[in-house]
Amino acid sequence: MSTAAVTKANWWNGGKSPFNLEYGKLMMWYFLMSDAFTFGAFLISYGTIRFSQNFWPDPNVVFNAFPFAGHANLPLAFVSLMTFILIMSSVTMVLAVHAGHHNDKKGVVKWLIWTIVGGIAFLACQAWEWTHMITAEHAVLTDGTLDVIGQTTKVNPWGNPVDMAQATAALNNTSHEGLVKLAHIENQAKSFQQLGVLSDATLKGMIKLEQLHVRESGPVAFGGFFYGITGFHGFHVFSGVIINIVMLIMTQKNVFHNRGHYLMIEKAGLYWHFVDLVWVFVFLCFYLI
Amino acid sequence: MEHNTHSTEAAPHADDKAVVKRIWRTFWILLIITIIELLMGLSMYAVEMPGWVVLFLKGVICILTLAKAFYIVAVFMHLGDEIRNMIMTIVVPLFLFVWFITAFLWDGNSFRTMRNKYDKFKLEKTMPKDQKTSDSARHGFGG
Repeated sequence: MSTAAVTKANWWNGGKSPFNLEYGKLMMWYFLMSDAFTFGAFLISYGTIRFSQNFWPDPNVVFNAFPFAGHANLPLAFVSLMTFILIMSSVTMVLAVHAGHHNDKKGVVKWLIWTIVGGIAFLACQAWEWTHMITAEHAVLTDGTLDVIGQTTKVNPWGNPVDMAQATAALNNTSHEGLVKLAHIENQAKSFQQLGVLSDATLKGMIKLEQLHVRESGPVAFGGFFYGITGFHGFHVFSGVIINIVMLIMTQKNVFHNRGHYLMIEKAGLYWHFVDLVWVFVFLCFYLI
Repeated sequence: MEHNTHSTEAAPHADDKAVVKRIWRTFWILLIITIIELLMGLSMYAVEMPGWVVLFLKGVICILTLAKAFYIVAVFMHLGDEIRNMIMTIVVPLFLFVWFITAFLWDGNSFRTMRNKYDKFKLEKTMPKDQKTSDSARHGFGG
């Protein structure tokens, strides 16, 4: 073989991998590409349904809660934190891969641990977000009365805003049970039983309609898409954390050190970055636009 | 088969510093783009603006997101450092998304305009009040 062939690097002459890439890593890339289409199909179906609706809830209204902040209106604050955690864990992962290039076992262990911590923190945030959305109490105008619902896959409490006259009329039609639930929104300290013994007039006195932001119910598809897609993403984060934990144990047991290379960390890294990449698009579709 | 990009020998120290610097530079780029996106997203809520401005902002946010995706894939996933042929086998199939997104959003928009034309009850029930008087065939995006 002439020296010219080496400098021109003709990858297709045979005798070497034309992509200059290890088999497992190449296959990880193709798996991720197919996974990108899976996520893409989910997000596009969400887009199709959203385009078919006259009204869709404003993400700034839907995602405005923060742990321990009570009813404070903090649009997109919590999801900003989640995004920051995931970007940060992507950085620690790439630093782990980088340490692996230098066979630096200590470095790999340190950065892998931080990545795992980031992944668990993200999952914890998502658990809080889901719990909050499902259990939150929102006053919704249904069939001429006021009902209190959370965000589930069957109902959506963020429809068109209702004006005060309509809300007041609906309040007068609302049953005792409905009034108890409405009063509970602003009086979380009291239990349903404590509120249940009060008279309708007392309950109505406790209900401040201006603060309840009464709405009609919104597009039902919202919950299914939100929980389905963020759940599928969360499952990827979860499996990524498991993979990283396995990588950590294997590193600690000197498996990669004895093998002479840390290519396995690179494959785990590719998966983890993909999880971050998908979040960029989930963040775009559900929280920003 | 030799994989010469993954030499087991440690790289020179100067090169090592450059790589780590590049990683942190990318982190700052991603963080700043995300903050700009967030500010734009919040502005749509905080400031009353005409429909075309909202659409424009959403378009800019989409483009910024694609920039973020580029940085994650090219730098964090090191795809930019691979051989061109390999990059193409990943990137070229993704162009299917151009058709995928266009066709399906078009479809969704067509559902909406047809339903508004033939199902006046649904139109009355779901169209936001401030938009009921205006042309029902205005842009989609659910408000």
